[in-house]
Amino acid sequence: MNLMKDRLLLIIFAAVVLAAPLIFAPTGAAYPDLLQRFAIYGIFAIGFNILFGLTGYLSFGHAAFLGVGSYSAVWMFKLLSMNIVPALLLSIVIAGAFSLLIGYVSLRRSGIYFSILTLALAQMSYNLAYSVLTPLTNGETGLQLRLDDPRVLDAAGDAGSLPSTNFFGLEMKEVFWNPTIFGYDLQFNWGYYVCAILLIASFWISIRIFRSPFGLMLRAVKTNQTRLNYTGINSRPYTLAAFVISGMFAGLAGGLLASMDPLAGAERMQWTVGGEVVLMVVLGGMGTLIGPILGAVFIKYFENIFSKINDGVLHGWFAIMPEWAENAMVLIISPFVGKGWHLTLGALFMLVVIFLPGGLVDGAKRIGRVVTGANRRAAKVGIE
Amino acid sequence: MGILEVQNVNKRFGGLQALNNVNLSVEQGSVHALIGPNGAGKSTFLNCLIGKLKPDTGSVMFDGKPVLGKKPHEINQLGVSRVFQTPEIFTDLTVFENVMIPCFAHRDGAFKVNAFARVLRDKEIRQQAEHMLEDMGMKDKMSVHAGSLSRGDKRRLEMAMCLVQEPKLLLLDEPTAGMARADTNNTIDLLKHIGESRNITKVIIEHDMHVVFSLATTISVLAQGAIIAEGLPDEIKGHPKVREAYLGEAEV
Amino acid sequence: MDAILLQILNGIDKGSAYALIALGLTLIFGTLGVVNFAHGALFMIGAFVAVTVGKVLEISKITLDPEKTDFLGNPAKIKTPYITEWFGDFGFWLIEWSVLVSVIVAIPIMILIGVIMERGLIKHFYNRPHADQILVTFGLAIVLQEVIKAVYGANPIPQSAPDLLKGSVDFGVMIGMAENSVIYPLWRLVYFCFSVLIIGGVFAFLRFTTFGMVVRAGMADRETVGLLGINIDKRFTIMFGVAAAVAGLAGVMYTPINPPNYHMGMDFLVLSFVVVVVGGMGSLPGAVAAGFLLGILESFASMPLIKDAIAAVGLPSIDQIIIYLIAVIVLLVRPRGLMGKAGMMEE
Repeated sequence: MNLMKDRLLLIIFAAVVLAAPLIFAPTGAAYPDLLQRFAIYGIFAIGFNILFGLTGYLSFGHAAFLGVGSYSAVWMFKLLSMNIVPALLLSIVIAGAFSLLIGYVSLRRSGIYFSILTLALAQMSYNLAYSVLTPLTNGETGLQLRLDDPRVLDAAGDAGSLPSTNFFGLEMKEVFWNPTIFGYDLQFNWGYYVCAILLIASFWISIRIFRSPFGLMLRAVKTNQTRLNYTGINSRPYTLAAFVISGMFAGLAGGLLASMDPLAGAERMQWTVGGEVVLMVVLGGMGTLIGPILGAVFIKYFENIFSKINDGVLHGWFAIMPEWAENAMVLIISPFVGKGWHLTLGALFMLVVIFLPGGLVDGAKRIGRVVTGANRRAAKVGIE
Repeated sequence: MGILEVQNVNKRFGGLQALNNVNLSVEQGSVHALIGPNGAGKSTFLNCLIGKLKPDTGSVMFDGKPVLGKKPHEINQLGVSRVFQTPEIFTDLTVFENVMIPCFAHRDGAFKVNAFARVLRDKEIRQQAEHMLEDMGMKDKMSVHAGSLSRGDKRRLEMAMCLVQEPKLLLLDEPTAGMARADTNNTIDLLKHIGESRNITKVIIEHDMHVVFSLATTISVLAQGAIIAEGLPDEIKGHPKVREAYLGEAEV
Repeated sequence: MDAILLQILNGIDKGSAYALIALGLTLIFGTLGVVNFAHGALFMIGAFVAVTVGKVLEISKITLDPEKTDFLGNPAKIKTPYITEWFGDFGFWLIEWSVLVSVIVAIPIMILIGVIMERGLIKHFYNRPHADQILVTFGLAIVLQEVIKAVYGANPIPQSAPDLLKGSVDFGVMIGMAENSVIYPLWRLVYFCFSVLIIGGVFAFLRFTTFGMVVRAGMADRETVGLLGINIDKRFTIMFGVAAAVAGLAGVMYTPINPPNYHMGMDFLVLSFVVVVVGGMGSLPGAVAAGFLLGILESFASMPLIKDAIAAVGLPSIDQIIIYLIAVIVLLVRPRGLMGKAGMMEE
């Protein structure tokens, strides 16, 4: 039964997310900063998938909502309190309102025109944040905490040092448990667990939306909007609702980014950042539940790994080869690693779009089919 | 006063007068066939009824309410469903989901945020959809993706999607085009069966005279954008103007 | 008056680049129905063809001059480009005019790149959803940009215009105004004339050759032209090559104005889309007109006089966003753009 399957999926997902500091230890990715990025971009991608994966409306403008979320959160830290709860709430609300505005405008068109409209609006927002709205965004420098910020709800703390973000006293940066398990030095910190809980909640919401009549209508928009309209459904408010929901997820992600590291800059709003979430969702598998998160983790993980590989590391890998072969291998591979990570990513992305439109999830299914199919055949042969 | 009243509808595309002062009155419960040679304006006429096109002048009243200028979903919500010439279905969804969507539209209206309800927990909708598929003889194909259905099944699915809404008026645009004889006969039986069990008014556009004369209670003939004859099937058969318009085309 | 003229002139060089890129974009959309997110990358590749040609021409033989010494007392190294050794003065002339050499070199290279792109990749996406076309060309744009970055590095590489065309002209005097009222860099004038030439060339090609006539017919009704037994696909492929060449040449000639860097393509891409949309998707004259119009408008919005006026009514300065604002308004009010066909994107 579908319902049981979903529940099982959610439980397994929650278990993996909560145990991530342990699970990722052997991969070298189990430090709080990276794990937090996995979770935050996972949330961003889950939200984007509700728009793009379900309705097929390809937006290049979602970086704007991420940026707006960050700015809102930092303002909350400056004015009200270092507690992340009001900051995140404001991020979601402001990003939701902003996406209502942008969605209302851009959803008047569909297909490529929608994409171009979101692109133009995103670039406009970026320029606004970068220069025009400097009083709100602090322009080029970005919005940062200052000692003389009012923070009306917080009692005066230590003068002379910036306070840190917290969840009712639990500081985001604080590592609360630092055990050594299986020889790995593990770090469990509050920041990651805040992100993790919100990621699990987002995943749960995403499951519910997928299985709801609302989600069904969104999928219907993607496959045949004309028929949907002649069936008595007004598709516009459905797509707008999906747009706003995805905008709110983006706002939450932006707020979380600021909660982990309280600054916000205009570069977070550039359309290429919005392009990155497109890559995540497509790479992982658009329209699937788990795909967007896989895509986010995949990209953030390899970005981290690849950018650390320099020529020295490569020479180490191929040291057993004869020198000319070693140099040749390094020459071939080095443009793709280190600073060349984006080249690998772009190439990988193209391969996925061309050969595997269903993304990693589809790829895993295909492999699964081949394996089980092969097993079945093998079993048959065995019986005969 | 019929359930559908069309008065003085004109539509011009550039230099072409596609519809020329069309008047039509469709009686409640009747099967009204609209026939005519290719390019007579039949499809244009249907498109005006469902809000896809807006006529230049004239009025269309359905069930006592004006239809012109309304959006497609609003017209559907008034009780008008349409079967298209090439089946318009949700090819990426399963047959079951295809039929459930019109059920939701019928019950919940044009827009409802029910993001936390569960489709599969909605007994009422499930039963409606299942019954409909059973009536259509497609229950065994419930979980098949609609895109992989045969042409005939796609048509039947589209018909099911329209009928499950219990429309007051069903518009059918060449429901048997491109079908084999046996399939055509099946469709005729199906439409007759629907007519008996549910009191649905139907307007049907058709080229196949066999279908027209098996189903229609009234026939209007459209040629060059104007209605040239209207009457009972027997009257139309011998009508000289119709013979003239159709010369050599129909097996009248 | 002179201030207005100056702003128009300042807008024109950017407008020329917008117009050239948008022309290619809309040509590809009109013929193949594809939205090419990699088109900005073609502009960038053109610029780097110029960089490469410049570097190749300057490959030098290094000789030691024992009579001169540098500050450490070592003999001074003298670089003599091979090309000057082989061709003498003509070699110097080639180095001096390397931008023109690049134009000649870029045409076949860009056409080839365009044809390879269309046959190798985009051809396979005609029957896929528009979103897939956007995605794959977006991926290609990233790849091309990163390849350039890997080869040429991340820093801008300044290129210079030929000495003869460096410096400024007193445009005011030329049209009978006071001296020094309108000073305009000469190369930008050259850029404008060049783009007019290219645009005129493309239009003439489409209007007066049989090839162009077939292409235009195909843009209007692809199926019918196909039914006439004409291989429209082959012609469309060639048009893709032409569009690539136009973008590439725009890039080559732009190098003395702005030092090329690897992300210049992406920077121009969004603006070119805006231009195409404002001009009307698939409309060639629309793209050109909108290109110049938006370039000039952008320049006007950054005029101190206008900035002050806007600030006076309490609005933030809009020079950074005016183009996007116009695009959004056009898309909402007149979705087919300034010169688009009726019914275009009015769904």
